[in-house]
Amino acid sequence: MIDPLYLITAVVISGLITLALRALPFAILKPLRKSRFVKALGRWMPAGILLILAVVVLRGEILSRPGDLWAIAAATAVTVLVHLLAKRRALLSIAAGTACYVLLLNMF
Amino acid sequence: MTSNSPAPAQASGPQGSQVLAGLRDSLGVGIGIFPLGFALGVLVIQAGLPWWLAPALSIGIFAGSVELFMVSMLAAATPLLTIAVTVFAMNFRHVFYALSFPLQRVKRGLPRAYSVYALIDEAYATYVLMPAQKLTSRRIVTGQLAMQTYWVSGGIVGVLVAGALPEPIEGFEFALVALFIVMTLDAIRGRREIPSAVLAGLSVGIAILVIPDQALLAALVLYAVLLTLRFALGSRARKHENAGEDFDD
Repeated sequence: MIDPLYLITAVVISGLITLALRALPFAILKPLRKSRFVKALGRWMPAGILLILAVVVLRGEILSRPGDLWAIAAATAVTVLVHLLAKRRALLSIAAGTACYVLLLNMF
Repeated sequence: MTSNSPAPAQASGPQGSQVLAGLRDSLGVGIGIFPLGFALGVLVIQAGLPWWLAPALSIGIFAGSVELFMVSMLAAATPLLTIAVTVFAMNFRHVFYALSFPLQRVKRGLPRAYSVYALIDEAYATYVLMPAQKLTSRRIVTGQLAMQTYWVSGGIVGVLVAGALPEPIEGFEFALVALFIVMTLDAIRGRREIPSAVLAGLSVGIAILVIPDQALLAALVLYAVLLTLRFALGSRARKHENAGEDFDD
């Protein structure tokens, strides 16, 4: 049995770190918001950050299930295809990809 | 909470319509958040952790990818210092969100504090892509409250379902992968985003090859450096051309 105090401490520490990372930049960046450089970064960053996150979680999944590369590839393809073909409905794409993955892992 | 506060709406439209707009904003991602919360609840139970950890994570931390990762770290009794460093690295990207999230549209005080606390990837992605003039405090905060509600309730449903299952079901964690894939596809829609996507792809590729253990943090830092170079080269080119101020926005 894992010590509940350990779990609670871990949640509190992680929560405070997350809150600090979210709050501090707003306090520090206020005067910078008018700069052209900061505006350009703000415009360029979202797409790239999301792409990096997608690659990193995909890689994490490959590392945690190295034997199921084909299932990961199939579920990724299903997610992308459903999203592009079915008018970008996030619900449908995520559900289709995840369902495909769960089915492939548990049935083969 | 926001729906019955007496303060006037910041922008056009009655208050109720702003709440509705916020709820509508949250639906697109919420439909992705709920199953992800569900996956979190399932993973908590399947890892042998107490059920209350699911809502505790969703309220105490409220950062989807970190929460899912926390489950495996906590199940393995990972030292607190390691957890702290990992959370810092994984959530460091939020530092960059401050550059572009329309927080100036949110009322000071409690709404703004909540908006910062609840600045998850999905909230950022939803509101950074909308024209700031169209956004009100009420709309943004309602959207964020709704997103957290989907997340917490998804976790509780996941806990209940996993508790009732005779055997664990594998593969739920793919919801996180699918979520980021979908959000990336939505962010990269036009030609304008292609240079950013290429630089980000380059960053994450190099990071995985060079620092595989800290790939996320390394990729984000490298990406920031490459964008800085891009800006520097761009402004030098503009000086050379000596052209007017037709900076696209």
